Amino acid sequence: MRELTYREAVREALREELQRDNDVFLLGEDIGVFGGSYKVTLGLVKEFGTERVLDTPLSEVGIVGAAIGAALVGMRPVAEIMYIDFSTLASDMMINIAAKARFMSGGKLTVPMVMRTQGGGGVSAGPQHSQSLETMFAHIPGLIVVQPSTPYDAKGLLKSSIRNDNPVVFIEHKGLYSTKGNVPEDDYVIPLGKADIKRSGNDVTIVALQRSVVYAQEAAKKLAEDGIDVEIIDPMTIKPLDKETIIKSVQKTGRLLIVYEAAKTYGFGAEIAAIVADEALFYLDAPIKRVAALDVPIPFGKHLEDFVLPNASDIVTVCKQLMDRS
Amino acid sequence: MTIDKKKLKEIYYLMKRCRAFEERSIIELRKGMPGFIHSSIGAEAIPCGISPFLEEDDYILTTHRGHSDIIARGANFNQMMAELYARDTGYCKGVSGSMHIAALDLNIIGATGIVGSGIPLASGVALGSKMKKSNAITVCYFGDGSTCTGAFHEGLTFAAAFDLPVLFVLVNNQYEESTHWTYWGGKLKNLAERAKAYGIEGLSIDGNNAVEVAETAKKIVPKIRSGKGPILLECMTYRIHGHHMGDPGTEYRNKEEVKLWQTKEKEPIKRMFQYLIDHKILTEAEDKKIDAQLEKELDEAVQFSLSSKEIEPSDAFNDSVCKGLNDFMLSKI
Repeated sequence: MRELTYREAVREALREELQRDNDVFLLGEDIGVFGGSYKVTLGLVKEFGTERVLDTPLSEVGIVGAAIGAALVGMRPVAEIMYIDFSTLASDMMINIAAKARFMSGGKLTVPMVMRTQGGGGVSAGPQHSQSLETMFAHIPGLIVVQPSTPYDAKGLLKSSIRNDNPVVFIEHKGLYSTKGNVPEDDYVIPLGKADIKRSGNDVTIVALQRSVVYAQEAAKKLAEDGIDVEIIDPMTIKPLDKETIIKSVQKTGRLLIVYEAAKTYGFGAEIAAIVADEALFYLDAPIKRVAALDVPIPFGKHLEDFVLPNASDIVTVCKQLMDRS
Repeated sequence: MTIDKKKLKEIYYLMKRCRAFEERSIIELRKGMPGFIHSSIGAEAIPCGISPFLEEDDYILTTHRGHSDIIARGANFNQMMAELYARDTGYCKGVSGSMHIAALDLNIIGATGIVGSGIPLASGVALGSKMKKSNAITVCYFGDGSTCTGAFHEGLTFAAAFDLPVLFVLVNNQYEESTHWTYWGGKLKNLAERAKAYGIEGLSIDGNNAVEVAETAKKIVPKIRSGKGPILLECMTYRIHGHHMGDPGTEYRNKEEVKLWQTKEKEPIKRMFQYLIDHKILTEAEDKKIDAQLEKELDEAVQFSLSSKEIEPSDAFNDSVCKGLNDFMLSKI
């Protein structure tokens, strides 16, 4: 099968949806000729024109507000927010307007829009360009939050997100843009709210997001050498969450490790741990563990960034601990 | 630009409708209706002077103080009152209350209680309708305080950049909650001057003079529709009540000032009444008839609301949190 980078897969999803549906359009800062900060939209303006690939003022509230407004009258906008760090500027629009319009109107209004952005660290971008803020949005009832880890997932999930009638926060990972994977040329979609088992195993369940999935896969190879057989679950959509796949896996392995790049506290790990403690406690043979970023701003220098962010060797260490303890 | 008599009468009638509804809703609130009311009393001339010049497919967006904007656009008392009473026959099935009424049958996109946030949305609505090749314009009502927000700046920047057909109606009722607009805006002659920052037309008019509002609307609505870009229209008025009905509104302004704005020289309905009488467009008997008819309609609306039921909790969230995708998140235990 054909290989694409994660970046190309996202672009292909955008292209196919722009072709499929005239109501779909893109807007954002420097997404036209410049192709976006991470070049995801490169070439699309040539193909679809400036009306459907709209360069906007530097204005996060303006961009997301306009996307929501246009969605309210039947368009399907895909707004790009250059870094998830800047989504805090647009968060009023997402949290107070997009997430609530459908409910507040008694179901009369729908907000079929996607806020595409990218997060994560690992490229020495410093404290204001490296954050993982997904759970800020996942905490808000009325928003869907999607986080693909592979090119295949990125294409299928973005197409689903654009076709969904609810507001979706679609988070790419800057460290994954150049990774490659098989992507079919056909028009396929991946349903939102379904997890994917990236590796089957019997000893430890690892629930990981985005680049942490890659690290978990690296760790899995090393652990296999020691006879530890991990199962890797990629939720892909964190809201709504496919808890059944996670619980089923924990029932089989009896051990749970959650890996993510956001600050460790009050986050994704706590939510997964709470669900498993609530519904599968007596299947556990060991404490639930989290591997995540330290509770500090993400530093710029590589040695510090490596110190702060989770990696494959952290995962190996914790999985070994889990096996010893049980 | 002259306005024909029929239209002037229609404007006056709409103003009376807005006032009557607002006064009744305050009575009902005191009887135990839930929620808050941010009274629009005193600002009726603005939406009532504008709405008669809009087309059916034009959109409006408004604020927490938006009852008059919505009624002037044609909202009916039954669904309005039922919404305020949290009944399932209300415009939003009673889940939203006073601050967030949306009526898509009248192209009322809704009201937001986050001050200023409707402004960038309005630009998006106008962008969307332009892309749909519709001829609609978008009217966005907001207050003086909104002009201090980033959303105002970003929304107007966006609309100006793309020549979007938006009429930004700045209802300057002088008080941003308890703070007079000159406290922060005193270096400006008026708030329409802010339009200069975007290179768009800005006008400041007497928003308590319904005839002036109507003449202005008649002139600028077609201009916006013709694709010449957005206009910022400041309408000077006065908020007669406090910020909401729990605020007596007297701690930060004196009673004489509030009284002054209710005199026949300043208060918009009294002024319009006098104008119509002077021009022999309306008789006192006709005016009394309007009062009686509105009273009856409101009695019916209250009756309609009280005899309606509240939405079942199990149905209330069907359209909100991706039901069917993640139902376990809808459980408290």
